[in-house]
Amino acid sequence: MIFLRVASYAFRRQAAYRAAAASGVLTNTVFGVVRAYVLIALWQARPSLGGYHVADAVAYCFLTQALIGPVNIFAGGLDLVERIRTGDVAIDLHRPVDLQAWWLADDLGRAAFALLFRGGAPLLFGVFAFRLPVPGPLVWLEFLLSVLLAVLVSFGLRYLVTLLVFWLHDDRGIRSVAFIASMFFSGMVLPLVVFPGWLGGLSRVLPWAALIQVPADVFLGKGPDLLDAYALQVVWAVTLIGGGRLLTRATRRKLVIHGG
Amino acid sequence: MIEVRDAVKNFTIRSSGVRTRVTAVDGISFTVGAGEFVGYLGPNGAGKSTTIKMLTGILTASSGSVRVAGLDPSRQRTTLARRIGVVFGQRTTLWWDLPLRDSLTLIRHLYKVESRVHRARLDELTELLGLGPFLGTPVRQLSLGQRMRGDLTAALLHAPPLLVLDEPTIGLDVVSKATVRDFLQRLNAEQGTTILLTTHDLGDIERLCDRVMIIDHGRLAYDGDLDTLRTTVDAERVLIVDLERASPPIRIDGVETVRVEGPRQWLTIPRGLNAAAVVAAVARRHEVRDIALREPDIEDVVTRLYLR
Repeated sequence: MIFLRVASYAFRRQAAYRAAAASGVLTNTVFGVVRAYVLIALWQARPSLGGYHVADAVAYCFLTQALIGPVNIFAGGLDLVERIRTGDVAIDLHRPVDLQAWWLADDLGRAAFALLFRGGAPLLFGVFAFRLPVPGPLVWLEFLLSVLLAVLVSFGLRYLVTLLVFWLHDDRGIRSVAFIASMFFSGMVLPLVVFPGWLGGLSRVLPWAALIQVPADVFLGKGPDLLDAYALQVVWAVTLIGGGRLLTRATRRKLVIHGG
Repeated sequence: MIEVRDAVKNFTIRSSGVRTRVTAVDGISFTVGAGEFVGYLGPNGAGKSTTIKMLTGILTASSGSVRVAGLDPSRQRTTLARRIGVVFGQRTTLWWDLPLRDSLTLIRHLYKVESRVHRARLDELTELLGLGPFLGTPVRQLSLGQRMRGDLTAALLHAPPLLVLDEPTIGLDVVSKATVRDFLQRLNAEQGTTILLTTHDLGDIERLCDRVMIIDHGRLAYDGDLDTLRTTVDAERVLIVDLERASPPIRIDGVETVRVEGPRQWLTIPRGLNAAAVVAAVARRHEVRDIALREPDIEDVVTRLYLR
């Protein structure tokens, strides 16, 4: 199967840069510690804020640090952005294969590597250093499924941002908007459970919530029912990836390729 | 193999709110038969790459018709991609961080080539292009010449009857260029592969192509063989003379001295005049240290052609 191969190549491409992966692990872990102490201070001042206890907040912190790589929260777009900017996308468009499916396979390969080699370490460190409770195997499975769905939603978002480059010819503006939105609304800065009123309610059903907040809640056994959590993720994954398909078709009709 | 009729491609470009329409290809028509080796020339921005992208189905013609290998490229892009090979000289289809061999394996799956057929074809191409020493090397470590040979292999693994090359020799040294040219010549002669080649290198055209098409400002300015092109546009050759010492401009009938820089002078020789006679005349009247004759290069030819 061609897409399995594309995914495995993407996995190996990440593996080619071990130093980058190692420094990613280190930064994610160190920032995890820093954030953990900030959250500890917050929850000591406001116990059971948003339905979390201190231990939940610390676990949440290391979960989000572990998810940075797999859902590529800082990225904005796909590697395809650079290929559109330079015109290398001509090669991708010539291939006898679906553009979106190709890049989805590529992103799943990348995410698998990130989950294994960038996600595990910060989480394990948090568990040992802060003596966090470890859930049973069933919860781990539920969590992994939720992470997979999160990666699909993340791909759906980043693919749309990427395609906009065909129309805008540059990704800096859209990328910074996408970056702010995903930092704030995913629960990366603060858990969405602490947001009050309508803002909290809204932020918990936006697609960015499906990236970090929802999988973290599945792990912690907090938030909505498991099925509701999955449903939110599936709805956004289908909507965004479906939207990406439509936009791909429109883009193909009205295409400009850069650089001759 | 290729049939283009009145093809037009417009782009709309927005700049500070103002929309302007740019016509990259402005009504070109040509046909390329099976087994031909055609050079496609033109200055930068003339519409070469746009034509290639319409032929491969990446871009859709704004009007007119394009048919390649009996297919409509924009509607049947995927089917067409399996029947043609394309090389973009400035880009690569290979995976930067993986060994060349792995990229070629992935391309085998992409084009659904049977494993046995693939192995035979890869062996043949490895032999012809000398890929052996670097099949296991990550693509990012290959030299430009090696990478180009890898890209040619990738474009030909599925044995397409038509090969479209967009500047395949750009940036290559003379040895690598010769390897690529020899290979293309054999491919065309021995396997009957139809080849459409865009290039700025007149050497590519002289060595390889029976037929040249020149595009400028989106229009086909010439379609025929190279010798006819040279004589029809009557491009001047330039004689560069290094004299022993700085002198006033050299004067010879029918020859114009266009530039003087110290002891060096530039003379243009019209097509009808015998260059040897001019050289002899210069040598008779002046003390010459060195002399060089420059044939019109492709930019001169194209410029002349379009200025007519």
